[in-house]
Amino acid sequence: MDLEFTSEERAFREEVRAFLKDNLPEELSEKVAAGKELSKEDLLRWQAILHERGWLAATWPEEYGGPGWSAVERHIFAEECALHSAPRLVPFGLNMLGPVLLKFGTEEQRREILPRILDGSDWWCQGYSEPGAGSDLASLKTRAVRDGDHYVVNGQKTWTTLGQHANKIFCLVRTSTEGKPQEGISFLLVDLDTPGVEMRPIRLIEGGHEVNEVFFTDARVPAANLVGEENQGWTIAKYLLTHERTNIAGTGFSIKDMERFHRLAGQITRDSRKIADNPIYAARAAEIEIELEALRITNLRMLANAKGGAAGGIESSMLKLKGTQVRQAIQDLYRSALGPQAAPMADELSENELTVPVEAARAAPAYFNNRKLSIFGGSNEIQRNIVAKELYRR
Amino acid sequence: MDFNLSEDHQMLADSLRRYLTDNYDIETRNAQVYAEPWHSPETWAGLAEIGIVGAFISEEQGGFGGSAEDVSVIFEEIGRGLCAEPLLGALMGVRLLAGLGRDDLVEAMVAGTARTALAVYEPNVACDLSHLEAKARQDGDDWRLSGRKSAIYGAPGADHLLVAARTEVGIGLFLVNSPELISATMVDGGGVSDLVMDELKAECLSSDCRSELEDALDMGRIALCAEAVGAMAHLIDLTQDYLGQRQQFGRPIASFQALQHRLVDMLVELEQCRSITIAAVAGFGAKDQARNVSMAKNLIGRMGRKISEEAVQMHGGIGMTWEYPGAHYAKRLVMIDHQLGDHNDHVLRLIELGDASQGEAA
Ligand SMILES: Cc1cc2nc3c(=O)[nH]c(=O)nc-3n(C[C@H](O)[C@H](O)[C@H](O)COP(=O)(O)OP(=O)(O)OC[C@H]3O[C@@H](n4cnc5c(N)ncnc54)[C@H](O)[C@@H]3O)c2cc1C
Repeated sequence: MDLEFTSEERAFREEVRAFLKDNLPEELSEKVAAGKELSKEDLLRWQAILHERGWLAATWPEEYGGPGWSAVERHIFAEECALHSAPRLVPFGLNMLGPVLLKFGTEEQRREILPRILDGSDWWCQGYSEPGAGSDLASLKTRAVRDGDHYVVNGQKTWTTLGQHANKIFCLVRTSTEGKPQEGISFLLVDLDTPGVEMRPIRLIEGGHEVNEVFFTDARVPAANLVGEENQGWTIAKYLLTHERTNIAGTGFSIKDMERFHRLAGQITRDSRKIADNPIYAARAAEIEIELEALRITNLRMLANAKGGAAGGIESSMLKLKGTQVRQAIQDLYRSALGPQAAPMADELSENELTVPVEAARAAPAYFNNRKLSIFGGSNEIQRNIVAKELYRR
Repeated sequence: MDFNLSEDHQMLADSLRRYLTDNYDIETRNAQVYAEPWHSPETWAGLAEIGIVGAFISEEQGGFGGSAEDVSVIFEEIGRGLCAEPLLGALMGVRLLAGLGRDDLVEAMVAGTARTALAVYEPNVACDLSHLEAKARQDGDDWRLSGRKSAIYGAPGADHLLVAARTEVGIGLFLVNSPELISATMVDGGGVSDLVMDELKAECLSSDCRSELEDALDMGRIALCAEAVGAMAHLIDLTQDYLGQRQQFGRPIASFQALQHRLVDMLVELEQCRSITIAAVAGFGAKDQARNVSMAKNLIGRMGRKISEEAVQMHGGIGMTWEYPGAHYAKRLVMIDHQLGDHNDHVLRLIELGDASQGEAA
């Protein structure tokens, strides 16, 4: 047994660390640490810095501008980024559409689209979910009907994350109503400027705007925008879901959040006792850390297996389940540690006004917002179903 | 044994429920509570008119209620209707003022023409008043207050603030008129303030009323527990309805056992929360007041969060939206735990009070 990273991997970690120290703008990491919303400019700025270093598209091969990392290197990179409070990379172009085009796209699509993802010319969003199709994605109804060398698209997508910044959307659309519902779905790329496409904001529980709904009314989309074959969309979507997702457990975020908790616990006094010395908080924090450490090792074990080619859907399901539980537990602990000070939406107030430490000002809104972690990307119930189904497959 | 509400209580509950259903839908509420002045003077007047503030104190004190049961009946409806009007501060304030014989203010409060908030807690104080640091010093006929009060719920726009501060003889209570506050919006709606006092002029209501303060706070906690029970009941109803309506995989998601069992667990916890609140109501003013109140506040804090999280989760994306009423109930349920001592503070208070079974045996 060997729990250690190799010396090359350790050297790689040092390299990433040094890079982040020198290149991650402080304004950005401060915003991330305080749980504040990042602007489109913020996100693109960080993306450009990584792109310049050739580190933006962790999962892509070198030939297309990726760094050509191993799964372990990708893991190390993601973890270090989280530990340094780097802005999260919006996954839709980089980790979803990119891999899909690499596997199913034409060479022309790759040459045309991938560079525009890297240099930030295109911002992609994901159009899978519909009002009537969430967990049951195969029941989606948005229709794409072939008309000459166009598809005519009608329907509605929803929950489109950061669609307000996007100029492109990749969609699952229905191209056939015959056979099983899974069999009539296609993967289509749509320009959001296309006449007949309209985006409207949805406001989330804590007041923020990060999701949208998208309406299609007779939108004409070139047939060349189809990825893979017609009616192959379900295979493509499934490929993405089971595609090895290195950062799915989010241990880097959890480690970082735990660090923030400890800092806060050393600052906040309640009834003449530091939160850090309060046995109830100390015990709860210790228990969560135990789970986190176990998860970190579970993640590494699965990563080591993946290296040997044994990656499966159920590993990523289990990592997602536990990863979101741990992250949400830490968010809860953090909010709770603030006591009555957690109540204000103290965003705009400075340290001298309300008594909340600036870093902690968004603890409650962030907690509510992060309830999403166990809902999107396949809810935790659906992840359990996937694992259970696999267990009884034979 | 009789757990039913008396006729009077039932009438009070009904009229409040009717008022809120007719005048306080979720859009109206949200428009009122997320921006200055964080509540609606009109709604406030409406509530006073049906006698809500008066029901917080007894007839001798100028009201027409005053029992813990009166309070819990009202707050359960407040919770069900997700009313964010600053009633908690009024409850604790009017009880203290009535106890201290300030009939002039009490009368105005009952009529709805004056509003008070109670400033007890400080940035470093969560539950236990022994740790208060704010000081009061006599200055001729006046008093001067120094220190900082925080998380004063419902303080923005209040006419009077009742401020607790240390005196030479104990913990006193002081009246500050039209105070200058640092105010903010709460995540779950409503306004909250901090008060920075540097030799702030105040009127002394009592130089030592610690036990009255403790009673007012315990009554406030009972109110919060009852509010939570009302909010839980409504949120569980919403969840039950949603699971029954929402179709995925060609059938209502209520047909999935993975969700059914969780809904049932929520219901069981609601019954438990109702029971522990009843115990706190029944024990108010009796020997075990503090113990019962802390048991209730602890269980409510834990289960409020659980029911909130489960409801959001089982609604999926819809539960995450501002548009959906249930989301606001979910926020309120979590944030109730942050008021007047959370589940951890109250379990510590229970431990300090000693073993419950010893009390039984003695
Ligand atoms: C913040 C946020 C961002 C999102 N971003 C995107 C995006 O960018 N693009 C996109 O396409 N989608 C996005 N989504 C949509 C997301 O993937 C869906 O919300 C999710 O798949 C759940 O679907 P639903 O909301 O329709 O819930 P439903 O499917 O209606 O589920 C409701 C509840 O029932 C449970 N349930 C459903 N079926 C079963 C079952 N068979 N067994 C047991 N339990 C079950 C669910 O787990 C959930 O608890 C986002 C969602 C959120 C909240």
